[in-house]
Amino acid sequence: MTRSAPATATTTDGVPGTATRRLGPSRMRMGDVFGVGSSGLRTRKARTALSALGVTIGIAAMVGVLGISESSRADLRAQIAALGTNLLTVTPSGGFGGGTGELPTEASAKAGRITPVREVADVIELDVPVLRNDLVNANETGGITAVAADVDLLAALNGQVAFGSWHDDATAAVPTVVLGSVSAERLGVIQVDQGMMILIGGEWFTVIGVLEPFPLAPDLDRAALVGKAAAGNLFASELSPSAIYLRTDPAFIDDVRTVLGPTVNPENPEEVSISRPSELLEAQDATDAAFTNLFLGLGAVSLLVGGVGIANVMVIAVIERRNEIGLRRALGATRAHIRRQFLTEALLLSAIGGVAGVLVGTGVTAAFATSQGWPIVVPTLAVVGGFGAALAIGAVAGLYPAMRAARLAPTDALRAA
Amino acid sequence: MSAPAALELVDVVKTYPGSPPVRALAGVSLRVERGELAAIVGPSGSGKSTMLHVMGTLDRPSAGEVRIDGRDVSSLSERRLSAVRAHLIGFVFQQFFLLDGMTALDNVANGLVYAGVSPRERRFRSAEALVAVGLGHRLTHVPNQLSGGERQRVAIARAIVHQPAIVLADEPTGNLDSRSSDAILDLIAELNDAGSTIAVITHDTEVAAAMPRQISVRDGRIERDSSSRTTAPPPAVVS
Repeated sequence: MTRSAPATATTTDGVPGTATRRLGPSRMRMGDVFGVGSSGLRTRKARTALSALGVTIGIAAMVGVLGISESSRADLRAQIAALGTNLLTVTPSGGFGGGTGELPTEASAKAGRITPVREVADVIELDVPVLRNDLVNANETGGITAVAADVDLLAALNGQVAFGSWHDDATAAVPTVVLGSVSAERLGVIQVDQGMMILIGGEWFTVIGVLEPFPLAPDLDRAALVGKAAAGNLFASELSPSAIYLRTDPAFIDDVRTVLGPTVNPENPEEVSISRPSELLEAQDATDAAFTNLFLGLGAVSLLVGGVGIANVMVIAVIERRNEIGLRRALGATRAHIRRQFLTEALLLSAIGGVAGVLVGTGVTAAFATSQGWPIVVPTLAVVGGFGAALAIGAVAGLYPAMRAARLAPTDALRAA
Repeated sequence: MSAPAALELVDVVKTYPGSPPVRALAGVSLRVERGELAAIVGPSGSGKSTMLHVMGTLDRPSAGEVRIDGRDVSSLSERRLSAVRAHLIGFVFQQFFLLDGMTALDNVANGLVYAGVSPRERRFRSAEALVAVGLGHRLTHVPNQLSGGERQRVAIARAIVHQPAIVLADEPTGNLDSRSSDAILDLIAELNDAGSTIAVITHDTEVAAAMPRQISVRDGRIERDSSSRTTAPPPAVVS
């Protein structure tokens, strides 16, 4: 209506100074807050990418660290669950008391009579060298121990055969040997079909099988396991067990633990050491958590650096875009609108960095977990927390530049740079 | 004079603090009626830029009254002043101040963002305004793809798209060659014919001479006003 010619504009014929046009407020739609806030980013794509990169690295580090450690723990827990937490290991603890420091020969049988004990097997360390053949130096045993084992051992330990087979009652009585995973590697055994033989205590033994590693009894990985009957025939007879492995009813594991010492060695119960190998794995879990915190701290530092980068870019943007600020004020923007524009810009910048960081962190976790054969676990807390941290950083980093932009007087802002 | 003036200054004084304080406007009274096209002309340092800022509500007078479309704006809050600019005033600048990377249409639409106009209506009215300034074929061009004269046309479209009570043009031809300048002055006259009230602030007496009314400013005062309404008829008479 102001466009109409002056002749028709006299219709108001009111008192001079009467407003002729209803004046709405200066207002901005929600969608426009986003549109205006992103316009600076859209027109400066390279700078947007670079300044978001700082936040991306920080968030990716945090999500990656949490994801990888969580994946590794998931794997560890799966391992523990698969191996079972109901395994107890009994070993002699040396002669502090009046005894010999050895477990009695019949210890294993006695332990088996405790009601909640489901399976029991023992091994006897043989003090004889294990050699690849008769040509090598007799001292080059490669740290491999000869061990006489119960046929039940594999079942008690939930062990797996890598290739070949485990002892049965027949092979246990003849000179055959099953190798632990490390022993097989050191002796260079990669297959058992050709009837390969090794020298144990001067006797030739045929290798009939190789085992997968025992996570709960790593000592056995470096053992050459022969049958008890064969060991009794060829070497000494009455030998005391060097370790007894027991599977118990999980509900009574603590009770079994209590009575185990007096049961296996009634004369010197204090010379019996009892351990629960799954506890070691659980301890490892806790150690990993400590490392996770350290790396998380590093991630937080890089996030902070990313935030400083955003603040820096925003301060520069405010200086560079003085004319735009002046123009927008001239077009009717309030101080609040200008503040909102730059705050939105900083938040969008950090949100872009945050989303990219979560994606990269998840990708790194997936790649690393896959390479380790772990399950892929990305904790929700890491994703939500990482994104939230990015936004918080953006808000803090954007606040000061946004206030500066809003404080700028329009007349100063419009002055040619 | 029953209808309120598009723009009215009453005894406006503007002093900038400092030692000694600078008196940029020393009591200026001025009326620009609706539908007028006036040139405010003066050398640099005459106070015409300060006048532009005060008229455009970008700066407050130290004393006196500023009325836009009959509304006294001297006592309005910052927020209300922004609303006055969003609804009642259109600016054209010497440096165009178009936003790079935005199409001509979006640049013009910026003139409606702070009036709370919906995006759809903004596009529609911006296209209309661009057609009105003769750029109907350049809607999707970005500033880098436009000549100086075309950029100033986009800026003029942005200044009229919200149908303000008055358009304040600050040296609109200052960055243009003579041919583009003439075209812009023709456009300004054309928009005035169509009803727009326009004040052109310039140091260029030639530009001023092309306007129906010249208001000469010097040392913060109005030295001469050719207006037939406020003073005796022909332009030769000094008020």
